[in-house]
Order: sequence, then C-alpha cells, then structure tokens
Amino acid sequence: MTRWMPYPILSAFLLGMWLLLNQSLSPGHIVLGSIIGVAGGLAISTLQIPSGRIHRPLSIVKLAFIVLVDIIRSNIAVTRIVLTPGRKAQSGFMTIPLDLRDHYGLAILACIITSTPGTVWVNFDSAKGVLLIHVLDLIDEAAWTDLIKNRYERLLREIFE
Amino acid sequence: MTVPADLPDWVAILTSVLVLLGAGLTLIGTVGLLRLKNFYARVHAPTLGTTLGVGCVLLASILYFTVLQSRPVLHEVLIAIFVTITTPVTLMLLVSAALHRDWDEGNGHVPMQPRLGPDTKEQE
Amino acid sequence: MSAQAILVWSVAIAEFLLVLAMACAAYRVLWGPRAQDRVLALDAFYVSGMILILTFGIETGDTVYFEAALVISLLGFVGTAALAKFLMRGETIE
Repeated sequence: MTRWMPYPILSAFLLGMWLLLNQSLSPGHIVLGSIIGVAGGLAISTLQIPSGRIHRPLSIVKLAFIVLVDIIRSNIAVTRIVLTPGRKAQSGFMTIPLDLRDHYGLAILACIITSTPGTVWVNFDSAKGVLLIHVLDLIDEAAWTDLIKNRYERLLREIFE
Repeated sequence: MTVPADLPDWVAILTSVLVLLGAGLTLIGTVGLLRLKNFYARVHAPTLGTTLGVGCVLLASILYFTVLQSRPVLHEVLIAIFVTITTPVTLMLLVSAALHRDWDEGNGHVPMQPRLGPDTKEQE
Repeated sequence: MSAQAILVWSVAIAEFLLVLAMACAAYRVLWGPRAQDRVLALDAFYVSGMILILTFGIETGDTVYFEAALVISLLGFVGTAALAKFLMRGETIE
C-alpha cells in the first residue's frame, strides 16, 4: 500500500483497539490511536509479511456466520460427549486432502478448525497438500471431510484465491 | 452484590441466563479434561470454555454494563478477539509438542508423519 | 422472587461453578499423567480464572475487573505458548 501505511487493516485494528481500551471517541484519543496504528504498521513492515488480497469481502460475513453456528452446534455435541456416562471415546486422527494454498486462508482455516470444539488442527503437509486433524467424535470420517472441504474450504478459496 | 432497583427485568434475566450458561459450559469443559481418556481427546475439552463460555459471560457483561451505565460499553469485545486469536495458537502448539514427544518416545498410537516442524525450519 | 434477586443468585452460582471448574483444572495440573496434560490444564485454569474475574466485575458493577481479565488472558497465552515451546524442544529461546 502506501509508504506510511503498509498494512492498513492492522493500523485500523490498532486504532480501534486503542479507542475501545480508552472507551472514548475524543479527538485526542483518535490522534493518539492513529499514531499508534501507523507506528505499529511500520514496525510490522520490517518483518516483510507477504500481503494478502481479499477478493470477496461479503463472503467473510457469510463465513463468520457459518462458523458461529458451527461453534454453537459443536459445543452442544461436545457437551453431550462429556456428560454421557460410560461413553467410550472414539477419538482419532484423520487426513483430509486440501486444495487451498493461500497462507492467510490456511491460517484462518487452522483457527476455525481448532477453535471449533471437537476438532483440532494438527499438521499440514504443504508439499502434498494433506491436512492432519484430530477429531473427538470420529464415527463418520466422510462427514468431517465434507464439512471442512465444502463448508469452509470453498468459501476460503472464494475469499483468498 | 448490589443490583440497582431500576434495572429492567429482562436485562436481569438475560444476564443471569448468559452468566450461568457461560459458567456451566466452562465447567463442562474442565470436567471433560478430567473424564476423557487420552491427551489428544482432552485437547478438545477446554475449547468449550474458550468459545461459548467466554462468549456468553462477555455478552452478559456487555449487556449489564451498557444498561447500568446507559452508554455502550463494548470494550469486552477486546477480550473476545484476543481469546479467539490466542486459543487456536496455544492448542496447535501443544498438540504438535505432544506429537513430537510421542515420536521421541516411540509411542505407537500416533500417526507417523514426516517431521515438518523443527526439521524443515533448520533446513531453511 | 424478583428478577434482581435472580441475578444476584445466578451470579453467585456461576462463581461457584467457575471455582469448581478451576478445581478440576487444578487436579490435572497437579496429577496430570504427562507434562502436556499439565500445560493444557494450566491453560484451562487461566481461562476459568479470567471468566471468574469477569463475573466478579458483574457482581461489583466495577469495570476495573475488565483490565485484570485482559491482562490474565494475555499472560495466560504467553505462558502457555512458552511452555508448549519448551515441551517441543526442551528450550524456550532459540
């Protein structure tokens, strides 16, 4: 982007964080927060992070909504597993082939999978494009593959690729 | 605890429900920590507390303080953002650490994968 | 029973549930069979403590507890990440 704002989203986020922490919208805090946002963006730019590109901003809203619904659903599922007495754990590892290659897309997929109760991202083999996850309720492997490939990966590829 | 008498009933009830739901889910998560049999199954349990557990209590806090101070109190959103960003990172780090320890000890019940983490880093 | 009384009671019950949650996590920290179980439980302990402090904030009507919860959530992340890194390599700083 521009020379003073290499990462505009990060700068905007820092400004928002500063205003939320101080709980005010006074001009002084906006100036101070903007200075922090620009300084933070410049400080991060020395790390030379590859900049991503978002193609479909509206899909992000859709993805966020889907993830929220899935988090509520899997909270209920995991609660049931924990509270059922004498239930044998059927947890296990499974692999899923992925077509997603964008680093930001993969990072967001990792956060989605891990923060949804019941699934944890373990490893991604970027050479083969195979994802290894651990699932708490591993009864139907095909259903989990379908969930990750069709519900998350398709949208993430729309957004980032 | 002193609740102002002019607090609307629906705010009090909704806050109660959200606080109880959040605390209950967190408790269920830690009970799962006790009940599940192996480490990789136990990793799933605390995510109950870090997703809906934190979320419900934060919503309750936002609602209660917004009505109490009659202005939008939204800074709890920051905790929600931090928790949603940090929890996956810690869990992924922990799982890969546990996998490396299991590989080092030669435990058979984990999948053998080419060592991606530290080894590829050293080659770079 | 008025709605305000229900709120007082449910906050008290929620605090009790969260203390129980911290006790469950503390059991795994103290007697977890392996080191990774202890670190995982420590993370859950931190999160439960943070939620407990948030309910304290609702109980007292004081937003100062928010800052404590924020600090706990950040320190908990750094601590758990450092411990996980230590488990992986046997050293924290490379």
